[in-house]
Amino acid sequence: MNYQPVIGLEVHVQLNTRSKIFCGCSTRFGAEPNAHTCPVCLGLPGALPVLNRQVVESAIMAGLATNCAIAHKSIFARKNYFYPDLPKGYQISQFEQPICEKGWLDIQVEGQPPKRIGITRIHMEEDAGKLVHGLGNGSGVDLNRAGTPLLEVVSEPDFRSADEAVAYLKQLHQIVTYLGICDGNMEEGSFRCDANVSVMPVGSATFGTRAEIKNVNSFKFVKAAIEYEITRQIDLLSDGGTVVQETRLFDPATGTTRSMRGKEEAHDYRYFPDPDLVPLVISAEWVERTKKELPELPDVKRQRFITELGLSEYDAEVLTSSRSLAAYFEETAAVAHNPKAAANWVMGEVTRTLNDRGLAINSCPVPPRRLADLLHLIDKGAISNNIAKKVFEAMWQSGKEPAAIVEEQGMAQVSDTGAIEAAIDQILAANQGQVEEYRSGKEKVFGFFVGQVMRAMKGTANPAVVNELLLNKLKG
Amino acid sequence: MGITQLEIEHVARLARLALSDAENELFSSQMSAILCYVETLNELDTDGIIPTAHAVPVQNAFRSDAVQPSIGTDQALSNAPDRVETFFRVPPVIE
Repeated sequence: MNYQPVIGLEVHVQLNTRSKIFCGCSTRFGAEPNAHTCPVCLGLPGALPVLNRQVVESAIMAGLATNCAIAHKSIFARKNYFYPDLPKGYQISQFEQPICEKGWLDIQVEGQPPKRIGITRIHMEEDAGKLVHGLGNGSGVDLNRAGTPLLEVVSEPDFRSADEAVAYLKQLHQIVTYLGICDGNMEEGSFRCDANVSVMPVGSATFGTRAEIKNVNSFKFVKAAIEYEITRQIDLLSDGGTVVQETRLFDPATGTTRSMRGKEEAHDYRYFPDPDLVPLVISAEWVERTKKELPELPDVKRQRFITELGLSEYDAEVLTSSRSLAAYFEETAAVAHNPKAAANWVMGEVTRTLNDRGLAINSCPVPPRRLADLLHLIDKGAISNNIAKKVFEAMWQSGKEPAAIVEEQGMAQVSDTGAIEAAIDQILAANQGQVEEYRSGKEKVFGFFVGQVMRAMKGTANPAVVNELLLNKLKG
Repeated sequence: MGITQLEIEHVARLARLALSDAENELFSSQMSAILCYVETLNELDTDGIIPTAHAVPVQNAFRSDAVQPSIGTDQALSNAPDRVETFFRVPPVIE
């Protein structure tokens, strides 16, 4: 029998607010355990949570960017369960009446038509603390993370392959980082995903029993985890077995998923409205104001780069991959008045040099303005493209202006025919054998002469002038 | 509406309470009585009334996104039955 996978995703987006969702404790990563705690996030009796306005703002932005309806009224609920990282014995979340509902994203898997993925809901909630195992004969509880604001983005079970799921995740990741509401760091858990995976016979109208794969922290692992789980379930069913509804953990070392013991007890969270938090009412004006302040989203920017700046689809795709890269490119292109050259340089030398040194675009020591100055020098014919690469390297090292470097190191392109002619004469005189070869019809030797002349002039000769003069001289 | 002993067991398990058979029986009857009393509310006609999550007519209590000083690890851990360094220590948790 042939099986069809059905996948839904729950993504936790950690918001990059300065303070926690219900108290003023810092959300900064890496502090001494429990240094960022107070009666509210410690869950001490009598402490009252008060909602961080920025969290609401971020949730509205996420909702608008994913085509959701923003609820006029929404409420917070208590999700009850016991775990040592949850000091109150409940997590403040949203259950009925979440802030955003009924959105969608159009995803694109290479070689397939675009597909619309439904977003069931986006709700706000607090993160739990962190457990550290093996501290003497016990586990340590660090509540610094308890109360960090999260958005949970729940998709419809609309994915039919791991590739579709990954395409959606990448797009959602790009959107929340463009919005500037999440730092997007998957390794540190700022953007993490649970996948609900089931399989059903092709053509069936009812979904199979699903397994939930927890906290997979890279796009690569999401693909591997889902694909493994699909195969596992199909094998199980083909052998006459049944899939159990359970939570499974992905193990990156083996590429497999395994059952989490002790969690098979059916969850009974006994949600109820949190009496400590008053209802949230979002006016149409608030939504409108936020809509106006939304930054340009990746799809729109990509289209604009193609239509306004004349970039190819591929270049536009690469340059909009992150908001900071797109901003770097745009500023360079605007100052240089040459989008195509700016695109080539940002995707070429800039990206290559950043990758070599393991840096992100935000820490590029050559600011867009300086890069644009360099492109000007090329456009004017003051330096060749090859020399420009050397100047770029020197700019990277010294932080100096390109014109100053060209001047200091005598890199200016020589178009002066006298100087070039002198160099050519010298080379031809020193290589009589090759001159004969050329004249007897071996025109390939021409490249050798160009190389020799360029080398003699340390790469500063204008290649067009060299070509022209060489041709004339060789014709003799 | 009554509540069965099975339901009492379930709720007790969720609350991590170990009840004796006698307690189970006692609480079933007590909770049944409470629920039956609350049942009276069902006599009201609530058609067309929006479910009420809060009785207080207040909405949108916000704080701005500003960091306030935390209380410090000494105070945070002052009620902890057990600690190691600045962690609360709990019995080993195995995932």
